[in-house]
Amino acid sequence: MIRLAKEYFADQRKDDLHELGKGLQRSDAPGHVTAKTKYFADRTFPGMLYLKMVRSPHHHARIRSIDTSEAEKHPGVARVLTHKDVPHNVYTILILIQVGPEDEQVLAEDKVRWKGEAVVAVLADSPRAAEEAAAMVKVDYEVLPAVFDIDAALKPDAPLVNEYHGQNYYLYDSGECRKVRFGDVEKGFAESDHILEQTYWSSPIEHAPAETTGCIVVPEGNDRFTCYTNTQAMFFTLDNTSIILQMPGQKLHMVGGTVGGGFGGKVDVTVEPISILASKLTGRPVRFVYSREEEMQISSPRAAEKIVLKDGVTKDGRILARQVWGYTDAGAYSRHSPYGAQKGAAHYPGPYTIPNVSIDTYCVYTNRTPSSAMRGFGVTIADFALEVQMDKLARLIGMDPLEFRFLNAYRDGDMKAHRQPTEGAALIECMQEASRTADWPVAERFFKMSSYKTEA
Amino acid sequence: MAKKVPLQITLNGEERAEFVESGSTLLTALRDRFDDTSPKGGCNQGTCGACTVIIDGELRLACLTLAEMCDGASVQTTSGMAKGGVLHPLQRAFMEGFAAQCGFCTPGMIMAAKALLDRVPNPSRDEVIEALAGNICRCTGYEPIINAVLEAARANSHNAA
Repeated sequence: MIRLAKEYFADQRKDDLHELGKGLQRSDAPGHVTAKTKYFADRTFPGMLYLKMVRSPHHHARIRSIDTSEAEKHPGVARVLTHKDVPHNVYTILILIQVGPEDEQVLAEDKVRWKGEAVVAVLADSPRAAEEAAAMVKVDYEVLPAVFDIDAALKPDAPLVNEYHGQNYYLYDSGECRKVRFGDVEKGFAESDHILEQTYWSSPIEHAPAETTGCIVVPEGNDRFTCYTNTQAMFFTLDNTSIILQMPGQKLHMVGGTVGGGFGGKVDVTVEPISILASKLTGRPVRFVYSREEEMQISSPRAAEKIVLKDGVTKDGRILARQVWGYTDAGAYSRHSPYGAQKGAAHYPGPYTIPNVSIDTYCVYTNRTPSSAMRGFGVTIADFALEVQMDKLARLIGMDPLEFRFLNAYRDGDMKAHRQPTEGAALIECMQEASRTADWPVAERFFKMSSYKTEA
Repeated sequence: MAKKVPLQITLNGEERAEFVESGSTLLTALRDRFDDTSPKGGCNQGTCGACTVIIDGELRLACLTLAEMCDGASVQTTSGMAKGGVLHPLQRAFMEGFAAQCGFCTPGMIMAAKALLDRVPNPSRDEVIEALAGNICRCTGYEPIINAVLEAARANSHNAA
């Protein structure tokens, strides 16, 4: 059961938090239990076309030629789209906040960089006709050497994944990585009694929402397009579609907000631009919904990460220095990964006050499915690594792991390595409650500590 | 063009007939022809349970059921659960027990739970878990759903007593 301890920080608050602890029914629950909630796919329109994507069977290949002539002749096919049909074919989602360069093709032109990359879009009267015609598209590939992990991608002689970057990592304004420098780590290591360096790896994780990614687009009489979508990012979708289709935003009417599970997996802009383009070029409603297989293989997962943590610790339990090399496997394209890697740079000290910190985080390109947002991307795996590291450090000096965390916990007023002063920390209090609840006793002096008072 | 065949079913107690494409699934028929979008297509391969319906009293996956084979059958879906604007005890328990988050698996869950309660009015916790084993939820972690089914069973037996 949840217990709300309102006595904590009571003297810092004007509000009595009277709303907390009361059950409140979700406003969407009546629709869910009666099945009246309308998801994007709960619609059908007369004359609707079904979009089937022809995808790359190779991890890395040059495209010699694309032949759609047979597919175009197949009964029921209304239109076949290639890169030539896309007004602004090379894009990147975060260009909206000036995180470039544009590095990803809506439909592949000269090269594919991951197995599953979109090459040709087939539109037909029925899903079956679309699938049959998609199988008739002939793409001639010259297979290229591919790289599948961070270490291989960063070798000097590694195949180049993405020409728009020119090297297999994202170039930040700070150089080949995002950097945080605080104090003097070398001095900190020199003053430490023990140094522990560990490497942590993680694999990609698929969100696997119950409802797969998709949209339905309807051309309206007023020259606008209504797009029913399950995107988690309506304005990313609107603005990126506007760029890709070179179409003013007022012509695009995005209808959404009802998402059958997302967890970050529906933040990329993948189905809407091509579907709106198809609707524009055919004048008909268009439906593009990922199959379950596509959801598992094509939609972006959480990034694989490699994290090297090096800590200097005194025998009485203070971390004096932390050096971090963090690597995010973006897959073939940026999407949200340059931002994810940057978040990690701010996060690696964790909720601990460490006087000497050096952090380098890299966003690395490989020939894997582009990774992107998922529940705290950039920091969740970092937390896994750094908390395992905390346990190992405690063991190294023979200290209780919870007491070790009390000693190093950040408190209000402490300066974090990335120059944000700590405010509203409640770590000490959370650990005090955790100690009681989990019956993991710690020395009495740790119960006298506070996140915002300076004693102890 | 695929051949159209007539399909007559009793859908949530109502006599209905439509033409459907020969070879189409009951899921497609219900959603596209009978305008009942309560069964959801989560995987279209019989693994997620989002399309769960009750056919002649038996729990079935609409995505694996050929529409033509249901001719003359009685089909129940979640959209027919509330009678005269009054929610079924399962619907009420799901709503009040926070058993639906994104809601996409909910219609299938409610059907699976209803099939259980129709058969076993007072199930054990293990029987509830077993009955929901074919339905995937990615939001709740299942506990609120299991509790809601047990709560609905309690409410049912209370009303019956």
